[in-house]
Amino acid sequence: MAQSNPAVGIRIKNLNLFYGDFQALKNVNLDIYNKEITAFIGPSGCGKSSLLRCLNRMNDLIEGCRIEGSVTIDGQDIYKDIRDVSLLRRKVGMVFQKPNPFPMSVFDNVAYGARALGIRRKSELAAIVEESLMQAAMWDEVKDRLHKSAFALSGGQQQRLCIARALAIRPEVILMDEPTSALDPISTGKIEDLCDRLKKDYTIVVVTHNMQQAARISDKTVFFLLGEIIEADETDKIFTNPAHRQTERYISGRFG
Amino acid sequence: MIRIAYENELKELKLETIRMSAACEGMIRRSIDALVNRNHAEAQAVIESDKEVDEYERAIEKKCLRLFLRQQPVAKDFREVSAILKMITDLERIGDQAADISEIMLSIDKDEKYIKKLVHIPKMAENAIGMMHESMTSFINEDLEQAKRVIDADDEVDELFRVVREELVELIKKNADNAEQAIYLMMIAKYLERIADHATNIAEWVIFCATGQKP
Repeated sequence: MAQSNPAVGIRIKNLNLFYGDFQALKNVNLDIYNKEITAFIGPSGCGKSSLLRCLNRMNDLIEGCRIEGSVTIDGQDIYKDIRDVSLLRRKVGMVFQKPNPFPMSVFDNVAYGARALGIRRKSELAAIVEESLMQAAMWDEVKDRLHKSAFALSGGQQQRLCIARALAIRPEVILMDEPTSALDPISTGKIEDLCDRLKKDYTIVVVTHNMQQAARISDKTVFFLLGEIIEADETDKIFTNPAHRQTERYISGRFG
Repeated sequence: MIRIAYENELKELKLETIRMSAACEGMIRRSIDALVNRNHAEAQAVIESDKEVDEYERAIEKKCLRLFLRQQPVAKDFREVSAILKMITDLERIGDQAADISEIMLSIDKDEKYIKKLVHIPKMAENAIGMMHESMTSFINEDLEQAKRVIDADDEVDELFRVVREELVELIKKNADNAEQAIYLMMIAKYLERIADHATNIAEWVIFCATGQKP
């Protein structure tokens, strides 16, 4: 039986990133595959979040930040070929460490992106909101309080709402920067289940400090150290038999 | 260095496994000595030793499960703890089989002469003990090549078993009175052949430990 190999969705080539004089990423080369979960792991300050933020040009906002090399998504160099960053961010959604719902209703949070794209028809917006909340596995929990403030939701629900908000603009890629580090184990479990369901339709890149989480949910794992990729491979391989001693020492908690 | 307690637990686990293996080796050696020298007291002692091996298995198994639960070992630690958890099952079986050999020996009447000279059976035991010893040494030294040699060595034990079997068949054909003892000796040879298989399994887990792949 022919096995379908996942296609490369994001190709990072010879990427260097500087914050002023400090080089945060050194000659990074990495392929991220479509419809898989890729986990970035490594100690604090290793560059994993910096690389994540390169993938939707979040670093553009940081003063003194300079980037060399290329990031190609769907064959387009996102630094050279895409002028309008908002077009890129439609394609590449992001979820942050702390849930950050907007100070508005559940409905308006999810509809925000669609409205920004010019969609005005109520029925269309309602359909997008419902579908996104369904995809984020929280429709049943919030369908009766769509017009209540998003701040009334629990932390875990707020985070799933943020995922629903990211899904509403129908991105291809979802970036998650430690999406469960502020959540309890039940909410964490829900987000992890959600990631597993979402990877059928989306490419997911997740930064996590939780090694067991990387082992549980990701297909590929990338280990960073001091701005460099030390090892990138199948998650099972990384956690069973990593090729590099530094990876071994980090994942087994012996780093230091 | 961090996780010192964890490191110590892993070290202790490995040591316990080596001790268990040494106890099993001793049981085979003593069971064959008892057989050759018709030493009933020694055979009885071997049967008693099996309890010690069972105790090792329970204690090591508990430690492995506890490590999985509390430390979630990964990478080399994961390979090592899983390999040990599998190895001790083979070691426990080896202990049982050494005890079985002694029980069979006790079933042969003290005054009854052996129907054949015991040459191949002690040779099988020697080879099986050698294989066990080598598999454990390869585990300690993480020596992949040595582990592979253990697996290859199994053929020789199988060949010795074939020789013993043919010899015993001939003895039964020659004189039906030989049948009872021949069957006992046949069972002993079979146990030794199985012990060599368990040593082979252990060597395969050593290879898993080193490479993450079972051969």
